[in-house]
Amino acid sequence: MSHANNDLRYTQSHEWVIQISDGAVEVGITDYAQDLLGDMVYIDLPEVGDNLTAGKECAVVESVKAASDIFAPISGEVSEINEVLSDTPEILNQDAQGGGWLFRMIPSDAADLNGLLDADAYQALVEPDAG
Amino acid sequence: MNKRTPLYEQHQAMGAKLVDFAGWDMPLHYGSQIREHGQVRSDAGMFDVSHMVVVDIKGAGSKEYLSLLLANNVGRLKTEGRAMYSCMLNAQGGVIDDLIVYHMNDRWYRMVINADTRDKDLKWMRDTAEQASGVEIVERDDLAIIAVQGPHARTKVYVALGEGLKQKAEGLSPFEATTIGELFVGRTGYTGEDGFEIILPAKAAEFSWKMLAEVGVSPIGLGARDTLRLEAGMNLYGADMDESTSPLVSGLAWTIGWAPDTRRFVGRDALEQEKMAGPGQQLVGLVLQGKGVLRNHQRVTCNNNDVGEITSGSFSPSLRCAIALARVTMDVAIDSLCQVDVRGKYLDVRVVKPPFVRNGKSLL
Repeated sequence: MSHANNDLRYTQSHEWVIQISDGAVEVGITDYAQDLLGDMVYIDLPEVGDNLTAGKECAVVESVKAASDIFAPISGEVSEINEVLSDTPEILNQDAQGGGWLFRMIPSDAADLNGLLDADAYQALVEPDAG
Repeated sequence: MNKRTPLYEQHQAMGAKLVDFAGWDMPLHYGSQIREHGQVRSDAGMFDVSHMVVVDIKGAGSKEYLSLLLANNVGRLKTEGRAMYSCMLNAQGGVIDDLIVYHMNDRWYRMVINADTRDKDLKWMRDTAEQASGVEIVERDDLAIIAVQGPHARTKVYVALGEGLKQKAEGLSPFEATTIGELFVGRTGYTGEDGFEIILPAKAAEFSWKMLAEVGVSPIGLGARDTLRLEAGMNLYGADMDESTSPLVSGLAWTIGWAPDTRRFVGRDALEQEKMAGPGQQLVGLVLQGKGVLRNHQRVTCNNNDVGEITSGSFSPSLRCAIALARVTMDVAIDSLCQVDVRGKYLDVRVVKPPFVRNGKSLL
């Protein structure tokens, strides 16, 4: 099940974040980003326990076309990675904002989420002429 | 604004993601590059390569001129319709472009050169023509090119384009071409599969494209074209060779027509010197042993020594692993294990002799 656009928070670099439970958040890349990158063939994820710093590279997604860095949307510790992507990276194309999530993390400060873009602001970023 | 081929509207209608390629709006894919790649390996696909440049060399001096211009020997194209792959070299033996040349008749050869190198190629060709006589160089912007490739490509072309074409094209050997009405059909390609490349009037391109689509030939973008040619071990100009590298260090020694000695083509002196001294590098294939993707310009190391770099790297949809062409020092042996620096991690690769895939089958 994909997350609804309105429930997500976004970064300028096309990651999305959603609060899931117990203070944990789930992180992925947007449908817009996966469409731009094309067929995914390899996802290099961080390790559970890694401490991520907001705005720093933390993963790499590779499509046939190119390798793209993924930046940590907020600071925190990785609590789980999406193991399914290791053998079936194409899930990222099929369901980028759901089953294609990259990792989960415990934010250092949950309030950091408020500093991210909402759905309208992200939409305006990727389609500045729309509306 | 970018240039558009006569098939631009067809690409749009078929849902292509269009990108800039050498100043042209060209289809990158029509939804999924990997699916398109598989269609060519298992069935049949068609590519609009009308951005490539058809150049006709006409006149009584054509053969003599091309004997000077090209590293491969057009004198070996004895009969009409025979084609060959060749490099066009500068005086230092560096590759100005790679191309296909067809022998049309005694006073007419046809070359197909790359879009990205068009202007410099034509300038070089015209400059070189000043040392020849009886030669006319004619750019054929009135023509389009559709490549149809895959195990079922030829059969589907016959169904789509008619019995008349079948009668004349059925007997073509690889690297042979024939003219059928306004179509020029050659059994050549850039995928490692059987098929045709069809050169036809620009105004007839849309009709033929539609007829091919109607018999189930899928449109294939430039993305899949690149992974197909890489699996087939075919060089890409600008990536695997350029003006600073000779055919000898680009896996293209087989395209140099050394005999006869008397044919002093441009670049020959430099190649002879390089050959005598022994080329310092070779183009090899690499197969990544684990997960990840090999990319252009990643460094290759062997026993902790830097031995060269990847010239073309990608994920191979047919083999489900990453493969690459790499220019490395001569001491790197086929079948040995080397490493590639992928963002600071040294991943194991096996050194192989290209190609990786031919006629739908893995050669690993």
